[in-house]
Amino acid sequence: MDMKPAFLSTLLLGLVACGGHHKEPTAVGKTPAGGTWTDSASLYPVARHQERDVHTLDEALVNPKASPVAITNVTIMTAAGETIADGSIVMQGGSITALGKNISIPPSARVIDGKGRFVTPGIIDTHSHIGVYSSPGTSATSDGNEAVAPTTPYARARYGYWAQDPQITRARAGGVTTALILPGSANLIGGRGYTTIMRPGGVASDHTFPGAPATLKMACGENPKRVYGEKGGPQTRMGLYAAFRAAYQKAAEYNVAQKKYEEAYATWKDKRSASSSEAEAAPEPPARDLGMETLAAVLRGEILVQVHCYRADDIRQLVEVSDEYGFDIRSFHHAIEAYKVRDLLVEHDISISTWTEWWGFKMEAMDGIQENAALMTDSGGRAIIHSDSPVDIQHLNQEAAKGMYAGRAAGIPVSEDQALRWITANAAWALGIDSVTGTLEAGKRADVVLWSGHPFSVYSLADVVIQGGEVGFERSKGRTKTDFELGNSAGASR
Amino acid sequence: MKTTLPLLVLACVVSVSSVTAAQVAAPKTVAITGATLRTDKGAQEGITVVIKNGKIAALGKGVKVPAGATIIDGTGKTLTPGLIAAGTGLGLVEINAVGYTNEGRFGDAKPVHASFRVTDGYNPNSIVIDVARNGGITSTISTPRGGLIAGQSAWMTMGAGSVEDNTVDDSAALHVTLGRSAGGVGDGSRGRALQTLRALFDDAQHFGKNRSAYDRGQTRPYGAGHLDLEVLLAVLKGDLPMVVNVDRKSDIAAVLKFAKQYRIRVILTGATEAWMLADEIAAAKVPVMLNPKSNLPSSFDQVHVVDDSATRLANAGVEVIISPLGDASSARTLRQLAGLAVAHGLTWEQAFASITTIPAKVFGAKRGTLKTGEAADLVLWNGDPLELSSHAEAIFIGGIQQSMENHQTLLRKRYR
Repeated sequence: MDMKPAFLSTLLLGLVACGGHHKEPTAVGKTPAGGTWTDSASLYPVARHQERDVHTLDEALVNPKASPVAITNVTIMTAAGETIADGSIVMQGGSITALGKNISIPPSARVIDGKGRFVTPGIIDTHSHIGVYSSPGTSATSDGNEAVAPTTPYARARYGYWAQDPQITRARAGGVTTALILPGSANLIGGRGYTTIMRPGGVASDHTFPGAPATLKMACGENPKRVYGEKGGPQTRMGLYAAFRAAYQKAAEYNVAQKKYEEAYATWKDKRSASSSEAEAAPEPPARDLGMETLAAVLRGEILVQVHCYRADDIRQLVEVSDEYGFDIRSFHHAIEAYKVRDLLVEHDISISTWTEWWGFKMEAMDGIQENAALMTDSGGRAIIHSDSPVDIQHLNQEAAKGMYAGRAAGIPVSEDQALRWITANAAWALGIDSVTGTLEAGKRADVVLWSGHPFSVYSLADVVIQGGEVGFERSKGRTKTDFELGNSAGASR
Repeated sequence: MKTTLPLLVLACVVSVSSVTAAQVAAPKTVAITGATLRTDKGAQEGITVVIKNGKIAALGKGVKVPAGATIIDGTGKTLTPGLIAAGTGLGLVEINAVGYTNEGRFGDAKPVHASFRVTDGYNPNSIVIDVARNGGITSTISTPRGGLIAGQSAWMTMGAGSVEDNTVDDSAALHVTLGRSAGGVGDGSRGRALQTLRALFDDAQHFGKNRSAYDRGQTRPYGAGHLDLEVLLAVLKGDLPMVVNVDRKSDIAAVLKFAKQYRIRVILTGATEAWMLADEIAAAKVPVMLNPKSNLPSSFDQVHVVDDSATRLANAGVEVIISPLGDASSARTLRQLAGLAVAHGLTWEQAFASITTIPAKVFGAKRGTLKTGEAADLVLWNGDPLELSSHAEAIFIGGIQQSMENHQTLLRKRYR
C-alpha cells in the first residue's frame, strides 16, 4: 500500500488548485513605530487541544479501586492463541498479574471457584449506540444522529451519551466490558466516537476508556442517501463520493494552511529572538474550524476511522478515497459484502466489524452470509463481530459462535481462539486499545468474564464481569439499576 | 380452512447433503434409521421413522424399513419435528426497507383490516423462506401488521410449491394491536383504541342479528364493512382466536377483561409485562407469544421487563410460544431464542414445546409432533437443535426433502 506519496501529491494539488481561495496565513502588517512584538497566537483559543485526551493507555492498567481477585480451577480462553485447562487467573490493582496452572494466589485475594466454568477476556463491541439512543426511546434522549448536515465532523458521541441508560447494565451482564459508542449513520461524516467502559452511573466522562485513541464515524450507502436525498443531497452514491472528497480536500487545505502558519510563526519567533529588526506583530493563525480539526487529524493519522459500509463497491470506493487523501481506514462496519473484496481489505490491513445473523433487511444487506467473518479470517484478515444493537450486544459470544460454526460447516477452518478474537482482541485493535486489553495475558488490563459454561454455548451466561479489576456484575447479585430504573423497573433485578 | 399437501414428482434422493434445488423431490418412501428422537416429551434413542406419501408411516424402535425405501442413516443424529415460527413476516417481507416488497404492513391511514388474509399476497418463492427453513423451521404463522386490526395470519408450511401446497390454515388468527402502538385510532390514547375495538365488536354482533336489514341498507352505520364484521363475528363465535399485541401490565389487564366480557379467545403477543399477571393469565387460559431476547425497557410500556418472563409465565401454567416476533430475515434464530430461554430457566422440554407443540395446539394445526399418520414435517440435526454448534442436515416438509441451497449458500460457494 503506497499512501504517503499519494498524500503528498494531494497536498501539492491542494496548494496549486486552491492558492487563491483560502485565507493565506500571511503576517499582518508591521506595528507602528515603537510597538512591541505582540504574540497574536496566544490570543486565540487553542481549539485543537480542547479534546486532547490527557490520559495515556498505560493508565488503563492501573485502578486503585480494584481489590485483588482470583478465579481458580477454570478453563482460561486467552484469545492469545492459548487455552489453559484447570488454570487460575489473578488480578490486582487493575491488571492481570498472573495466569496459568499452579500459580500462587495472593492471600488477600477474593477467590472465585471457577470449576466447570470458563474465563475469557471482556467482550468489546466496536459498534454500539447505547447511551446515545437510550431505553426507553424518546425524542428527548435521541442523541445519536446530528442529522442537520451531511458532514458534522465536529460532533462527538461522548456529548450525547447518557450514562443512566438501562441498556448499559444489560450489555455488561452479557460480558461486554468496553464499547465504541458511535454517532449514527445518517451523516457521511457523523463525528467522533466514544470509547467507553461499559459501566452505568455518573456521567459519560466518568467512563472514558483511559487513553483510547480518537475515532471517527463515517457512513456510505443507503442511510445518508435516504436522510439527505430529500434534504438537499447528497441523493445518490455519486453525490456521496463527491462529498467525501470535498470534505477531505478541505481538510488537506486546512492542514496546509496550518503548516504554512506554523512556518511563518517560527520565522517570526526567530526574528523576535534576534530582535534585529523593527518590532512586528506575529502572523495570524488561520481560523479554527472544529470539524476541520478532526478531519485534519484524520489526515495526520491521529484518528482511527470507522466506516459504515455494506456493499463491496462502497467498500472499494471508500478505500480509493482514503488512498487518494492518504488516510487509513481502521474498520469497515457492517461490511456485509466484505467477503467479496477480502483480498483488498487484507492488503490494506482494514478490519471488518460485521454480524453473523443480520442480512436482508435492506437492499445493501441482501448478500449477507453467516460465513463473512470466517472467510475474512481464513484469508488472513481481521474480522470482528459487532452488534449495532442493544439486544445483540448482550449475546456477542453467541453471534461469534454461530459465525464459527457456520464457517466450519462450510469447510472454512476457524479455531475457538480465532472466533473469540472476533469479539475481543480484534475489536480492541479496531479501537486502538489492543496493547492493554482484548486478551488474557499477564500485564493486560483486568477485563475478564467468567461464564457459566462454554462461552460458545447457547445455554451459557456471564456469571461475573470484571472491568479494570473491579467486579462490575455478578449474576448472583443481579444487575445494578440505573437512576432511571429506581422505582421504575421490575422488583427483582434479574 | 385446511388443505392437504399434494404429492409432487418423484425421484431418488441419494444422500442427506447432496440435495440441490433441481433434485428436490419426494421419494415414495424414505426411512431415517437409528436416530435419537427429541421432542418436548424427552429423548429416545435408536428410532427409525418411515416417511411415505407425505406422512409418517411408522415411527419407533425396531421399525422395519420397507423394501425399496431410500435410507438415511440417522445414527448419532437428532430427529425432531419441524420447528414452528409463529408471528413472523415470512412470505410477506422480502426486504424490510424496500416498501413495495412488504405485504400486509399497514400504516395508520386505515385502522381496520379484519378481512385481510395474508394468503392472498403470500410469496412462497421468497428467498427469505429458504434461509429461514435451514434453521429447521418447517411452518410459519405469517402475520400482518399495522393499524388497530391488521388482518388474519395464516399457518403456512415452508416447502417448495405453491401457496395452496403450503397452506395449512389460511385464517389462523386475527391480529390486533392495542396500547400505545395501536395504529390509526385514538391519537395515541389507549382508551380510545379499546373503545374503537369495543364499538366494532358491538357492530359485529348487531350485524350478525340484522343481516337482511343490512342488505336492505336499513341498519345503523357500522365502523367497518361487512367482510370485516364477518371476521369479528367469527372471533365472537370462538371460531378464530384474536392475537393482541400489547406490552404494559395495565393494557394486558384491559385485554383480559375485554376477552372475558366478549367471551373471545385471545393470545397475547409481545406482552413484556405479562409475567406480572402470570397467575391471572394462566387462570384465563390465555397463551402468550414472546421473544426471550427482548429484555430492554424500550418504551414506557416495557419498563418492568425481565430476562426470564418465559420461565415465569410457563411455571405459572401459561402456554408460552417463543417467537422472533415479526421479523422475517432473522426468523432462523428461532431455535437460539428457545435456547436462550433455557439459559434463563426454562427446561429444554418446555422451550422445545414453545416452538413446536404449543403453537400447534394454540393455533389448531396438526403439526409440532411426530406421529404415525400425520404430516412428515421433520428435521434431522447433527446435535442438540437448540445448540449453536448444531445445524439441520435434512429437512422434510410434507414428506418431501427440501433443498438446503439458498441465496446465501450460493453466494458463499461463489466467493469461497
